[in-house]
Amino acid sequence: MVNENSDSQTSQTTSVESAEAIISITGMHKWFDDFHVLKDIDLEVGRGERIVICGPSGSGKSTLIRCINRLEDHQQGTIIVDGTELTHDLKNIEIVRSEVGMVFQQFNLFPHLTALQNVSLAPIWVRKMPKKEAEEAAMQYLERVQIPEQANKYPGQLSGGQQQRVAIARALCMNPRIMLFDEPTSALDPEMIKEVLDVMIELAESGMTMLVVTHEMGFATRVAHRVIFMDEGEIIEQNSPKEFFENPQHDRTKLFLSQILHH
Amino acid sequence: MGAQTTKQYAPGTHPDLPPPVRTTGPIAWMRINLFSSPLNIALTIASVWILWSIVPGILDWVVFNAVWSATDRKDCWGQMAAARDGACWAFIRGSFKLFLYGWYPEDQRWRPNLCFVLFLVAVVGVLRENMPGKKYWLWYAVAFPFIAAWLLVGGFGLPPVSTNKFGGILLTVVIGVTGIAFSLPIGILLALGRRSNLPTLRTVCVVFIEFIRGVPLITLLFVASTMLTYFLPPGSTFDLLMRVLIMVTLFSSAYIAEVVRGGLQGLPSGQYEAANSLGLTYWRAHQLIILPQALKISIPGIVNTFIGLYKDSVLVLIIGMMDILGLGRARLNDADWLGLAPELYLFIALFFFICCFSMARYSLNLEKRLETEHRR
Repeated sequence: MVNENSDSQTSQTTSVESAEAIISITGMHKWFDDFHVLKDIDLEVGRGERIVICGPSGSGKSTLIRCINRLEDHQQGTIIVDGTELTHDLKNIEIVRSEVGMVFQQFNLFPHLTALQNVSLAPIWVRKMPKKEAEEAAMQYLERVQIPEQANKYPGQLSGGQQQRVAIARALCMNPRIMLFDEPTSALDPEMIKEVLDVMIELAESGMTMLVVTHEMGFATRVAHRVIFMDEGEIIEQNSPKEFFENPQHDRTKLFLSQILHH
Repeated sequence: MGAQTTKQYAPGTHPDLPPPVRTTGPIAWMRINLFSSPLNIALTIASVWILWSIVPGILDWVVFNAVWSATDRKDCWGQMAAARDGACWAFIRGSFKLFLYGWYPEDQRWRPNLCFVLFLVAVVGVLRENMPGKKYWLWYAVAFPFIAAWLLVGGFGLPPVSTNKFGGILLTVVIGVTGIAFSLPIGILLALGRRSNLPTLRTVCVVFIEFIRGVPLITLLFVASTMLTYFLPPGSTFDLLMRVLIMVTLFSSAYIAEVVRGGLQGLPSGQYEAANSLGLTYWRAHQLIILPQALKISIPGIVNTFIGLYKDSVLVLIIGMMDILGLGRARLNDADWLGLAPELYLFIALFFFICCFSMARYSLNLEKRLETEHRR
């Protein structure tokens, strides 16, 4: 895996857009009962590509990434993740979920398990890794997110930033090909946002394919290959961070940017 | 003179100090808890007066004037200063073996005794945390009801004992423990079924739970004792105790299902999402993530249901089974011991109180132990 990372790191710096798509979404629609929450979404994500998704609240951005590991099901169109199409087939869903890591706004750590148990649980039960091996791997990931000393604490004893870093380690320990981040810093106190963003930047530099729903525009500028703006269930525009921030095309994008940047 | 001169420490240099010394010791405790205000003083005096006037009388009757060995009640009265001056515990002592085993053959009574020991081993093994070989203890606890059934009923090398020889505390405990042991897993499955996405399964579970909860236990017991024979193939005999055990278990599992469902609903949906996003299957997610948390929340309700079930087991006397209450009442009609109802009911009350209080204390312990795991 380490070798793979360094390989993709070199390739990613040249051109990501031309790489084969690891996620491809075509003509996808989703409804919550009568509410049309996602409208005709087309999205191709290349291997190693890093995408930041932003937009006003209720624009469907969280729902979109939750469709990618089928925490939400879509009603029309296709979603293919690393060659596996998401349908009602439970087998396919399990395959996709074990390849896609997810980090939530509310961390969603398991409160009855220690940090180490949180991280090693899925490798043991999904990957069938021996317990000792899984715990060693978990420890490595806790070191990578810089909290090995908290391994035996329960989530309730950790700060928000530490919890979110454990949650990132938990997702990484499954060796995912894709990482989804659903507003990972929105529930954090201001002084803890940086420690989580630092971990995410380090992860980005290792060549991970990442889809990040966030309003941290500094993060977007620094690591994203592409920024996607969504409003009312549609992808309004997408561009490189530089073009997106300096030269927004659509009126709604301009309005949104003026609201989040000049307050 | 600035404001800072009143401060003992410069900003940023304040050390961590111990909390103010509080008055402690028994005198301070009494002052705070018993004599803090005129009303409190009045209540304290009233309480002491009430205890003073009641407790000695009770103690005299129950302990000091009681007779512990006698041949019959006349003998009891004879040993007292005045008849009925104290309790005649000789009655309970004389009937104790009967109360304990019912009519279980005397030469086979090592079997219930062994069962009881095995039961304690199973309970301790499961309850203790950090027990070495926890997995094997759990397997043993799961196997225990079947081992116990074999020991008590016999067959397969042991002389068989008919279940209509079961009685007294043995019968009460068999009904209580079986109900508790089987209603928890069945109740959990019903709760999961009721929350399932599969409409058929959900409907079946809802109908079952609501039907069982909507019918009095006594009705179900009558069904067990009379009607079930109509449904069974003619000529087949289906043990009455077995039928009662099934009914009691189903009855209790419907209540457990609702308690567990409450616990499941108390969990944030993020827990399900996190488990799903890691690729855990439905059963693994429930085994590892959902149920450990949901059951922890549900402990008070589950134990409440268990205590209710344990006490409700006395209802079997209505269909003629001789549990401790049924047997005791029958014994009251014995010419030698007529009119000793107070002793009998005190004894039975004490028996149930000890059992139920132990369950309550254990559940408190369990809650406390699990709580320390994620204290904030």
